[in-house]
Amino acid sequence: MNVNVPNGGALSNAAQPMEWPDGELTRIPFWIYQAPDIYALEQKRVYEGPVWNYLCLEAEVAKPGDYRTTFVGSMPVVVARDFDEEIYAFENRCAHRGALIALDSGGKARDFTCVYHAWNYDLKGNLRTVAFEEGVNDKGGMAKTFCRSDHGPRKLRIATFAGLVFGSLSDDVPPIEEYLGEEIAAKIRRVLCKPVVVTGRFTQSLNNNWKLYFENVKDTYHASLLHTFFTTFRINRLSQKGGMIVSPSGGNHASFSYTDTKPADHDYAALGLRSDNEDFALKDTSLLNSVDEFGDGCNMQILTVFPGLVVQQIQNALAIRQILPKGQFHTALNWTTIGFADDTPDMKTARLRQGNLAGPAGYVSMEDGAVGGFVQRGVATAGDERAVVEMGGSGTTNDGTRATEASVRGFWKCYRAHMAI
Amino acid sequence: MSEITLDRIVAVQAAYIRCIDGNALEDWPEFFADDCLYKVTTAENHKNGFEAGIIYADSKGMLEDRILALRQANIYEKQSYRHILGLPVIVSNGGGEAECETPFLVVRIMHDGQTDVFATGVYIDTFRAQGNQLKFASRLVVCDSSRIDTLMAIPL
Repeated sequence: MNVNVPNGGALSNAAQPMEWPDGELTRIPFWIYQAPDIYALEQKRVYEGPVWNYLCLEAEVAKPGDYRTTFVGSMPVVVARDFDEEIYAFENRCAHRGALIALDSGGKARDFTCVYHAWNYDLKGNLRTVAFEEGVNDKGGMAKTFCRSDHGPRKLRIATFAGLVFGSLSDDVPPIEEYLGEEIAAKIRRVLCKPVVVTGRFTQSLNNNWKLYFENVKDTYHASLLHTFFTTFRINRLSQKGGMIVSPSGGNHASFSYTDTKPADHDYAALGLRSDNEDFALKDTSLLNSVDEFGDGCNMQILTVFPGLVVQQIQNALAIRQILPKGQFHTALNWTTIGFADDTPDMKTARLRQGNLAGPAGYVSMEDGAVGGFVQRGVATAGDERAVVEMGGSGTTNDGTRATEASVRGFWKCYRAHMAI
Repeated sequence: MSEITLDRIVAVQAAYIRCIDGNALEDWPEFFADDCLYKVTTAENHKNGFEAGIIYADSKGMLEDRILALRQANIYEKQSYRHILGLPVIVSNGGGEAECETPFLVVRIMHDGQTDVFATGVYIDTFRAQGNQLKFASRLVVCDSSRIDTLMAIPL
């Protein structure tokens, strides 16, 4: 389809149609990161379309009355566990005038009352009472024909998988396991294998379109080139084996690496650190004291689920990242760092130390917070130009190497199918 | 054991921000005891008892490693901070240690001149007297906001 987007950099305000360029998935037109029409269309066709949006962890709404507020794209959403023990999610929008129903990031509630005119909702998002519905002193009030059950915020379908809570506004979305794909589902279960606890939450504001960050996470090509922490410190990660899988839809992926020789727990630093150059040796190698906690020698697994979830295992640093669009040129990256409920004190400490590897100040990831902005600024007037995504060919399947952009192409395959562009 | 006075605390605080804002980051770990805890977190995480930090170091060596990484490995646009401190409150004092809280405001200046409030919050400190010197046994940097713009390269 043609989408009206402003001609990047041109002085004319006249919109002109733009089409996806030839080259299928190996050429990405830069207007896709800029156009307001695209942003509006993404809300309808991606976020409110047949996708599963990550909402929160089950652990964050563990008990009846627990709730969290979040977003599906730009749509504000309440996620709550009702007293029937089920999880519900609904648009955070009062049916009356549209005000937010819940104002904070979460907490405990028996019900919700809009502050504007006190319309009241249960934890399922049903409109329960309307203030002065019968009027006051037989005057005013709602029309007799008004039926509360005809009014309410939009409700989401809910799916839970391995402690992750997903929501969808579509009746056509496939069941969650089918949506994830068999291999990706197994890789999620591998990490989220037992009850988790939240150890921290923070938001990284990225000054770029959300797709640039999602591509970055899927991009196995850049990892050792942009992130030089491990190579600078000559930390031989013993990770000769590795791989990458892309779901049939293209939208989900997992990249992973294995330690070739399985070091005994806590010996990782001794084995892995080459300290022949004292100028580039870590003073405190406890950062690298990782434990093979899943028992398979896989020391890193980065996994994405379309359109905005990342499940991170970097050694023992575990985190859930939620990618939310905030206008065409800004993205909120919501980090939830986690551990397991049965972590020993030593394991807790190891996770805290290894937390330095990821996040806004992460040794091996801080660059990702900036590089999307470098692209966004670089392409400021290049809406008609295109990116070249041809490393490893033009396909979207695993080709046994991480020197490939197959999973980035997979993203575009999935994205274009949803967007019909 | 020398007494920990407000004068000495203020002098250390002033020297600390001068060190960071003046880009003398190699000197920054020297403000800490060997077995220190330095953590950057948020008010919400602090209130909820969530232990993870944006930066977490439980030894002076880890602080030295962070500066080495910033200088040698990590890639970020040239930037600097300007710390403005509020007045310190001594919460407790005795036995060679003093607990102190000091509000801060940090402005980040990018290489192109863009200047924005990067962080506000409170330093929750435990100072320890080591001979004539006062070191941070613990410095908890509790940011008021949970939102960090782009990345946090330079420590707070």
